[in-house]
Amino acid sequence: MRRYVIGRLGQAVLVLWAAYTLSFLVLDFLPGDPVSAMAGGGLDQASVDPAQLEALKREYGFDKPVLVQYADYLGRALRGDLGNSVATGQPVTTTIGDALPQTLALTGAALLLAVVFGTGLALAATYTSTRTLRQLLLSLPALGVSLPTFWVGLMLVQLFSFRFHLLPAFGNDGLGSLILPAVTLAVPTGALLAQVLAKSLFTALDEPYVQTARAKGVGRVRVHLRHALRNAALPALTIVGLLVGNLLAGSVVVETVFSRNGIGRATVSAVTVQDIPVVQGVVVFGALVFVGVNLAVDLVYPLFDPRIVVATTATRRRSLV
Amino acid sequence: MRSTPRSGRARGSLAITFAAALVLTACGSGDGATSDGATDGIARPGGTLTFAVGSYAGCVDPHQVGSNDTIYSLRQIVDSLTDQDPATGKIVPWLAESWEVSPDAKTFTFRLRPGVTFSDGTPVDARAVKDNFDAALKLGAKASLATGYLSGYVATEVRDDLTAVVSFGQPNAQFLQATSTFSLGLVAGTSVRKTPDQRCTDGVVGSGPFVLDGYLANQSITLVKRKGYNWGSSLWRKPGEAYLDRVLFTVVPEAGVRTGSLASGQVDAIGSVSLADEAALGAGGGVDLRARANPGVVFNLGLNNSGPALRDVAVRQAIQVALDRRQIVDTVYPTGSKPATSILAHTTPYYRDLGAQLTFDQARAKSLLDAAGWRVGGDGIRTRDGARLSLSVGWFANAATNQPSLELIQQQLRAVGVEITLKELQLAKIAQVQQAGDFDALWGNITRADPDILRATYSTGLANVYRLAPGPLDAVLTEQAATVDQAKRQALVDQAQELIVRDAYVIPVVELTTALGVSKKVHDLGFEASSRIQLHDTWKS
Repeated sequence: MRRYVIGRLGQAVLVLWAAYTLSFLVLDFLPGDPVSAMAGGGLDQASVDPAQLEALKREYGFDKPVLVQYADYLGRALRGDLGNSVATGQPVTTTIGDALPQTLALTGAALLLAVVFGTGLALAATYTSTRTLRQLLLSLPALGVSLPTFWVGLMLVQLFSFRFHLLPAFGNDGLGSLILPAVTLAVPTGALLAQVLAKSLFTALDEPYVQTARAKGVGRVRVHLRHALRNAALPALTIVGLLVGNLLAGSVVVETVFSRNGIGRATVSAVTVQDIPVVQGVVVFGALVFVGVNLAVDLVYPLFDPRIVVATTATRRRSLV
Repeated sequence: MRSTPRSGRARGSLAITFAAALVLTACGSGDGATSDGATDGIARPGGTLTFAVGSYAGCVDPHQVGSNDTIYSLRQIVDSLTDQDPATGKIVPWLAESWEVSPDAKTFTFRLRPGVTFSDGTPVDARAVKDNFDAALKLGAKASLATGYLSGYVATEVRDDLTAVVSFGQPNAQFLQATSTFSLGLVAGTSVRKTPDQRCTDGVVGSGPFVLDGYLANQSITLVKRKGYNWGSSLWRKPGEAYLDRVLFTVVPEAGVRTGSLASGQVDAIGSVSLADEAALGAGGGVDLRARANPGVVFNLGLNNSGPALRDVAVRQAIQVALDRRQIVDTVYPTGSKPATSILAHTTPYYRDLGAQLTFDQARAKSLLDAAGWRVGGDGIRTRDGARLSLSVGWFANAATNQPSLELIQQQLRAVGVEITLKELQLAKIAQVQQAGDFDALWGNITRADPDILRATYSTGLANVYRLAPGPLDAVLTEQAATVDQAKRQALVDQAQELIVRDAYVIPVVELTTALGVSKKVHDLGFEASSRIQLHDTWKS
């Protein structure tokens, strides 16, 4: 077990470092530099004094060789200092910290909705014995995954905000403003969850132990919920990591459509003005969340099914020999 | 310099879909006519105006920000030494009661209005003027607009409490107009002494009719009325304080949500209205569309005059008359936009109408190219001595109208045998591309309500981005910068515009128009001389 945990932790650190380094390289290869972006900033054709530009570059350290910049950044990042935003001058950790609560509220609410409705849909589709209803229910997740998030968002705003004046169209002020964006974000996530869960429910329902239970005279509902769902939950748990990634990516679109001030919006603004420190910070933060969630899932696995540790350790040993 | 609307980037098709949806569900119909509220009774104080803008510049210091969306709010918290009449371009008193400009346009003496204070209680005096100008230069590239206006600045002398004398090393006639801009709006000593980053994140203390009450990055900027304000610009109708109690600028990046919020009455006004958004707004009936051309250099194809083909004036002139500007405007730009009729927009002081030389004349374009030795090849593109007449146009995604405009230009020039390839560049790369001269043409504009922008852009003695050959234009541009006599300056600026259009150094195409959507409940929300807004006289019914 110890070896399993250490192995997983090591992988997590490796992924973080790779994400940091890759994002640094990609940003470095982009044409232009953040200082010119800041000075030209904009938008009409600017003629900025080259000497002033050089001074700014020196101030921000963009005149140093790439490797030195990389080492600088990495060293500071290891100490928890992600540098200052080029656009606002604020520490990157503050920028992310300020936006985090909004994104947490949004993704948390969306995840809850996705789990409730995704599970409900999967259970209903696998339980019903009416063929057409089952087909209909099973086609919903495919639809949910393929609808563009911004379109769903705009249609919801159109209907509930502009037409019926029930909910605000934008902002992050209270529960009312959370409903539409959370529903929008829950659609693709819930659909994905429903797809996976329905599939593994079908598999589980065909297993011998289910047939045994049925033969023993256990009721249909009980078989479905107690026996099949319990066993089908494991594959669904596997995709939680994926779901979190989905939610983070979706928040970029949803926060833009609904004008919510979260990490997704901060990312869009930072990318627009090539605010490299902030983009880096967001990448590291995203990787951290992703790695953390997957690590948690990995560590929870053995509690469900002790065979997993044995299998992993065995594989590792074989490959080492 | 920055001022083009930022929103709507790459969301054109989305906006159209959404506009269609809005039209389908909107109820009632309106006349769509503009009104200034004259019929709606007497102006009354109070109320909150909510204004949805598309973007947030990441900084709440008017000296460091140039984007329209953020200037709308920050303009309200600072006063300027002078103001500029949007109708006549004339410079009029604001914080300065009077001023004198030396005949050589090197020395400017401002006499300040007594009794004016910043919102922290400190006086607006000659010392404050000096501190502001000294500090603006220290901001360097972070305040490129302000440092441009102050180019050649020597010092400000505090002659007495209310008299400040600003002097320059060379003639600088544009400086008087510059003192009317938000970029040189005055801020209190406490703000002057802060670092640029602190000014960005904390905001600044000004003497304006509104005070910065709070802001949330990427989300909103809130202003409250300054109690006891009594030193408004001589252009304003209402004496004393502003009408509105509060103004809330909220950032709504999605154009469809912005227009929907206005049409459904959730906000009072919106910025960056595009042609695609107009249908949705017109259908509701409760909304006015307000548009005003930004003064300064119009959107143009900035030709690299040292290029092998473009060195030839005939080729440049052929491109100039091969463009059907009316078609471009009608297809791409919001209602109220105008085709360029000079290198300067018609809202620029000293503008001269040269529209006759910029009319569409395909036959003339062809004959000019024929005469210059460019023969139509097998694929319809002209060649001369084996070289194709093919130009690449660099552009930046700073306005949603750029790409469709250029694609139309591409078609129009193809019709006379000129091939255009479009090259999208990173915004951040603009300075490098300009310095290296690594382009055939660049698409862009510059907002500035003074014709001196022509000298800054086209004088061969300065950056000379477009690689013009030295010529008579230089002398004219230098002289107008040194002339304080209006009639003389007019004659010189006329000459400059004529020279630029006659020799087609660059190709004027369309005037950038700032378009706002405003609820009919909002009155007297108008444009100032630089086509930004001034909210002192604005009221809600």
